[in-house]
Amino acid sequence: MAKSHKPVVWFPFAAGGTVIAFFIPVIVVLTFMAALGHVPPGLSYDRMHAFAGSSLGKLVIFGVVALSLWSSAHRLRCTCFDFGLRADTLVATVLYIMAIAGSLLSAVYLLQI
Amino acid sequence: MTPMKELRVQLEVLRYNPDTDTEAHFQRYELTCPEEWVVLDALNTVKAEIDPTLNYRWSCHMAVCGSCGMMINGTPKLSCHTFLRDYEGTVIRVEPLAHFPIERDLVTAPDDFMEKLKRVKPYIIPKEKKPISEGEYKQTPAQLMKFRQYSMCINCMLCYAACPEYGLTPSFIGPAALTLAHRYNLDSRDGGRKERQEVVATHEGVWECTFVGACSEACPAHVDPASALQQMKITSSIDWIVEHLIPGGNK
Repeated sequence: MAKSHKPVVWFPFAAGGTVIAFFIPVIVVLTFMAALGHVPPGLSYDRMHAFAGSSLGKLVIFGVVALSLWSSAHRLRCTCFDFGLRADTLVATVLYIMAIAGSLLSAVYLLQI
Repeated sequence: MTPMKELRVQLEVLRYNPDTDTEAHFQRYELTCPEEWVVLDALNTVKAEIDPTLNYRWSCHMAVCGSCGMMINGTPKLSCHTFLRDYEGTVIRVEPLAHFPIERDLVTAPDDFMEKLKRVKPYIIPKEKKPISEGEYKQTPAQLMKFRQYSMCINCMLCYAACPEYGLTPSFIGPAALTLAHRYNLDSRDGGRKERQEVVATHEGVWECTFVGACSEACPAHVDPASALQQMKITSSIDWIVEHLIPGGNK
């Protein structure tokens, strides 16, 4: 029995899971606060725009978006498998392509800032 | 002394006799038991007083031997550790452990688990062999604590009955066997990780696991097999990077 190449897809999944656990709840809370008009001074539109305009900011935002998308795609693939949807290769291909497309789109938008 | 409270207990037990039955069926037993009794006590009373043909495994009656695992209302549990009072007023459905072939009544064949256990080499493979005259292999309390939790497995196979992945893909090495591999990998006296990786790092090893976590919920010894498997995914991934991406790493 040969060793599996699963780490290729699992490592970014694990990294994305960590990113989601740390960042996504904060982003959700901040989004709600902003929607209700309570924007912390440090997170004003101008400052966030400047952050997204810097190279480091682009890299961080891209990292958070791409890893979260990959992690969600892989999680959904596992969930489909657990629910008995055994066309794993097809499911994996579709979901991973969606994650990669989303990541590429975020890169395109980030580069336009 | 206050009189013991008694419970009216209704059991619905799966019966199967390979000599006479073509398929399994349920049989209902009704009895009265003291309220502090467990499901195993009720089964023992059925066998002693109502139906001596009932078959099941048990030994210690104190949740250390791991023999009396059964599906109780669909959940894998040790029947010696499942109190009747928690099911008061209901019919308790008792079935053999899921995902294993039934031999007779509540007795299942554990051969598949035994074979997988052997494959992960669950014993110390010494880093360096030394003669007995040089004394024992010593270990600090801190080194012991690294693997102690994973050494508490009682081989009851509840985790296999709980794992949906094992149910769907029977070739999966499974929670308990992989956790024992991890237990020996973490042992400071052991040098056998590379040999065990030949089983652990395959598709049938840790990579079949999708981290449902049912094994850790079912485990009566609080071993937390799911954590062992996730830790092995990390080390196996680091192995993969070293073997494939670092020049000269594939040695």
